[in-house]
Amino acid sequence: MLKDTDRIFTNLYNDESWKIDSAISRGDWKNTKEILSKGKEWIINEIKLSELRGRGGAGFPTGLKWSFAPKEIGSRPHYLIINGDESEPGTCKDRDIFKFEPQKLIEGCLISSYAVGAHTCYIYIRGEFFREGQKLQTAIEEAYEKNFLGQNACNSGWDLDIHIHYGAGAYICGEETALLESLEGKKGLPRIKPPFPALVGLYGCPTIVNNVETIAVVPTILRRGGKWFASLGKPKNTGTKIFCISGNVNNPCNVEEELGITLKELIEQHAGGVIGGWDNLQAVIPGGSSMPLLPKNICDTITMDFDSLIKEKSGLGTAGIVVINKDQDIIKCMARIAKFYKHESCGQCTPCREGSGWMWRMLERMAKGNASIKEIDLLSEVTKQIEGYTICAFGEGSSWPVQGLLRHFRKEIEKRNSSDPLIIKQNKNIPYLIDQHLLEEDNA
Amino acid sequence: MPKLIVNDKEIEIEEGLTVLQACEQAGAEIPRFCYHEKLSIAGNCRMCLVEMEKSAKPIASCATTATEGMNIKTNTLKVEKARKNVMELLLANHPLDCPVCDQGGECDLQDQSMFYGLDLSRFTEKKRSVKKKYMGPLIKTEMTRCIHCTRCIRFATEVAGIDEIGAIGRGEDMQITTYLEKAMESELSANVIDLCPVGALTSKPYAFEARPWELKNTETIDVMDAVGSNIRVDTYGWEVKRILPKINEDINEEWISDKTRYACDGLLKQRLDKPYIRENGKLIKSNWTDAVQLVINKIKNTKPSQIAGFIGDLVDLESMYIFKKFFNKSLNSTNLEFRNEKRYLNPDERINYLFNSTINGIEEADLILLIGTNPRQEAAILNARIRKSYVKNKIKIYSIGDPGELTYPYEIIGHDTSVIKDIIEGSHHVSLKIKNSEKPLIIIGESILNSDAAEYIFKSIKNFLTKNDKINPNWNSFNILTQRASNVGAMDLGLYKITKKDNYEVLNKLNNNEFKLIYLLGADELKFNKKDEFIIYQGSHGDKGASIADVILPSAAYTEKDGYYVNLEGRIQKAFKASYPPGESKEDWEIINNISQFLNKRLDIINKFDLETKLIKSNNLYSKESYITKEKNSSEINQSKIPFINSKLEIKQIDYYFTNPICRASKTMLECKTVKNNFKLTGTEG
Repeated sequence: MLKDTDRIFTNLYNDESWKIDSAISRGDWKNTKEILSKGKEWIINEIKLSELRGRGGAGFPTGLKWSFAPKEIGSRPHYLIINGDESEPGTCKDRDIFKFEPQKLIEGCLISSYAVGAHTCYIYIRGEFFREGQKLQTAIEEAYEKNFLGQNACNSGWDLDIHIHYGAGAYICGEETALLESLEGKKGLPRIKPPFPALVGLYGCPTIVNNVETIAVVPTILRRGGKWFASLGKPKNTGTKIFCISGNVNNPCNVEEELGITLKELIEQHAGGVIGGWDNLQAVIPGGSSMPLLPKNICDTITMDFDSLIKEKSGLGTAGIVVINKDQDIIKCMARIAKFYKHESCGQCTPCREGSGWMWRMLERMAKGNASIKEIDLLSEVTKQIEGYTICAFGEGSSWPVQGLLRHFRKEIEKRNSSDPLIIKQNKNIPYLIDQHLLEEDNA
Repeated sequence: MPKLIVNDKEIEIEEGLTVLQACEQAGAEIPRFCYHEKLSIAGNCRMCLVEMEKSAKPIASCATTATEGMNIKTNTLKVEKARKNVMELLLANHPLDCPVCDQGGECDLQDQSMFYGLDLSRFTEKKRSVKKKYMGPLIKTEMTRCIHCTRCIRFATEVAGIDEIGAIGRGEDMQITTYLEKAMESELSANVIDLCPVGALTSKPYAFEARPWELKNTETIDVMDAVGSNIRVDTYGWEVKRILPKINEDINEEWISDKTRYACDGLLKQRLDKPYIRENGKLIKSNWTDAVQLVINKIKNTKPSQIAGFIGDLVDLESMYIFKKFFNKSLNSTNLEFRNEKRYLNPDERINYLFNSTINGIEEADLILLIGTNPRQEAAILNARIRKSYVKNKIKIYSIGDPGELTYPYEIIGHDTSVIKDIIEGSHHVSLKIKNSEKPLIIIGESILNSDAAEYIFKSIKNFLTKNDKINPNWNSFNILTQRASNVGAMDLGLYKITKKDNYEVLNKLNNNEFKLIYLLGADELKFNKKDEFIIYQGSHGDKGASIADVILPSAAYTEKDGYYVNLEGRIQKAFKASYPPGESKEDWEIINNISQFLNKRLDIINKFDLETKLIKSNNLYSKESYITKEKNSSEINQSKIPFINSKLEIKQIDYYFTNPICRASKTMLECKTVKNNFKLTGTEG
């Protein structure tokens, strides 16, 4: 369990106030000037030392990403963009940061902007987070009043302006290049990579896109040192992370914990356990809806960090843990997730546009028992026709949950769809079909 | 020059090519739907996936730049599987209604599914159906067939310069549409039909007319404007069924204008297929013997000085050449004119009437000044080049006179000749910009040459450019935008009469009714008050010229004969015979040759080949096909003689869909015109 002294988000439950004075009393904006005065190199090195991995889902090392930005600012300005388009089902950590810890994010914006050479920082907020956006705007205004932002921010000699931009409620705009398109005022369609945004990003300028949580932990890391952060968690999976536990648990919550904590401990200690007891657990989606689910036998022992989840062919993703107990129909659950991805596909490239709908329709039929056994293999093939052939990672995101279902619950599907649909029709006194006699064993 | 390996074969390619282009150079064909050379890269069909060493996923070859040391494989199992996967998904929601689809036989999806498609469909869900969209009288839509390659969207925004086509909706509900379901307001709109790789956008006038394998293809030249677009004429028997663009990077690239494409149904209507003679005010069907005899009698009874010949807009070089010979030798007359109104012409040098910077040169220009021209209507393809140049180099475009809506932003710097005076005297800010610019492009339109101040503008601008070394062997910035296919050729062959005193001698005499016999060679646009002149009309369509004629000699239209045309750059191109003249009509040269024989004043022309040879020999410019004049040095014209005339410059809006007899006979063009006029209605007309 994480010690209280190692906790970064000390106001995650709004025990105190989100206002700037309260935040300062908790240690935000302390020595920011000194941190900035140590220079870009030092900051990036310290982040590299902390082995901080991006909290948005892919887990890309943050220090490395920052070092991709051109060292000198050329003719084109640099931008820092905070990705707050938190749309992954099962994830709600960024929302609480906007609500209760905005100053940590804003301070992080200043330091990170300085590190990547940006004078303008955009915070892209999911459109539905309207209230959260208002709060963040107030927090930004408070920071401006204290001269923490704007010209010569914190007397460091660095100018920074932060702008908030609301999305219009599209999941795909959380993909970094789609986010850039959306920010430019276009339709949120992912761009083809390479070139990566670090070189050609917003308006064709070098742009660093980071998750809210990643940026919000930066000031604390720099204040307490990269080594401190690296000492938490497991090697290469260091530090703390906000886990969002939801689903069939007694006490759904956001909780900050060390990476590498066991899933069981997380659920039992923080979320009040699975409804109906641990034995009633059916499966857990460990990292937001786009990650493949894990059945109970894996959940018993699994630790929550990037690498050990990848070993189990799943992923930490955004650490949005969705607990599914045995009261639920697992195929129906996955059909619902597939419907979500069918609805949110941007429609730009073929495999995802056509495949996501196909998967959903098949799953719907499987949930009702209207599919044939052959179709289980077909479904598995369709997921593989999408994965890896698309412009962005949405293809993976939509096919992985289905693959997870097929991997761990194939028997369940087979059981439900064991009889051939044509024979079912006969049983239901539906008019006799041509060739139906061939399906009956006596005549075959 | 990066080197890379494609299928174990090392090749060296130019910098900046995509992997797809590199593979093609190595001889490996890559299937594609969304990729198109002339459009930006979308990379969304995923059909062009190839395997690259060190890359876990297959890469989209159209969207990846080829770099040194890449190792590309296009023939592996992994690649084939990727393509089959994508093809299956493309076909999942495609209706597979090939038997009733006009694209059948020339459909990319059909062709590629022969290689990569499964032989049975595994998709058992209900297929998506999408509502048809209205896109005007030219484009027929069947949006269920759409595979969302977005070529049409990219064409409309990038090349045509109108943001009228776009995609609404998301995921599998994405639909391509013109937002308000109105016609595409562009002269290039029908090119999306060629671009569409499936049958979603097909040709409305050509709907269910023929299958591509039933058609005979002839590659030839278009005459609807002076650009000389290269086209392919598809015929079914005698009928011209459709016209498609033929790629010529120097002229029309891959596009043609709607008029070029759809005026072809005018070739079937209003045709003159028999000679006519006017008796008691009525045109009566006749035969060749009578008609030619009447013409000969009239010629014999008229003084040569009272005979005049006028040349129409669509006449080929051979006909003009023999017409001139006929007038000079058989009739002893020099009263020839190709202009249909008083348009200033200075034939001292060839560069005085050409588009000297060439169409390709537009892309190099760093400043464009339009003087009294609306290139969008006068030469739609050339206008697309100006837009391309604007998109590529973000050049500044100025205009004198208001041309109306163009497809790129421009600044109007004045409405009268005083602006030109200011520029020439250096007191205007554009003057300095022209001087400082390396490759300026000054385009003078016919509206200016028709005005009183034509001579002043022409000479002073040319002097200004010569003085500032903007007309030199490397770059000639002086351009005249001709509107008619025959005009440059007519000027080359000298079918005009200009004396020192009078630039418009023949036209003046015509208006004073000094001629007794007028021979119209396809000339329909001539405006004059007929008194007691005897008018011979030789042409293909029963149009304005035929209606005033006393005798009509039917001749072939441009798709029905071989012939040379010179385009506005001075480039000579040969058009080929795709169909044959209807009824009793004959080719122009034959008719004229016949008359000269009956006059007992034979021209020494034996056959068509002989005529061609003599034509090419007559003018050393034509000794080589596609020749563009190289004489780019210009001498100054004495400035003191030209008086300044202050006049307002108005750009004459041409009736784009109705410029020549073929368009006017076309039903499709009429529909286009109606739709366009309806656009202009605002609902407040009462």
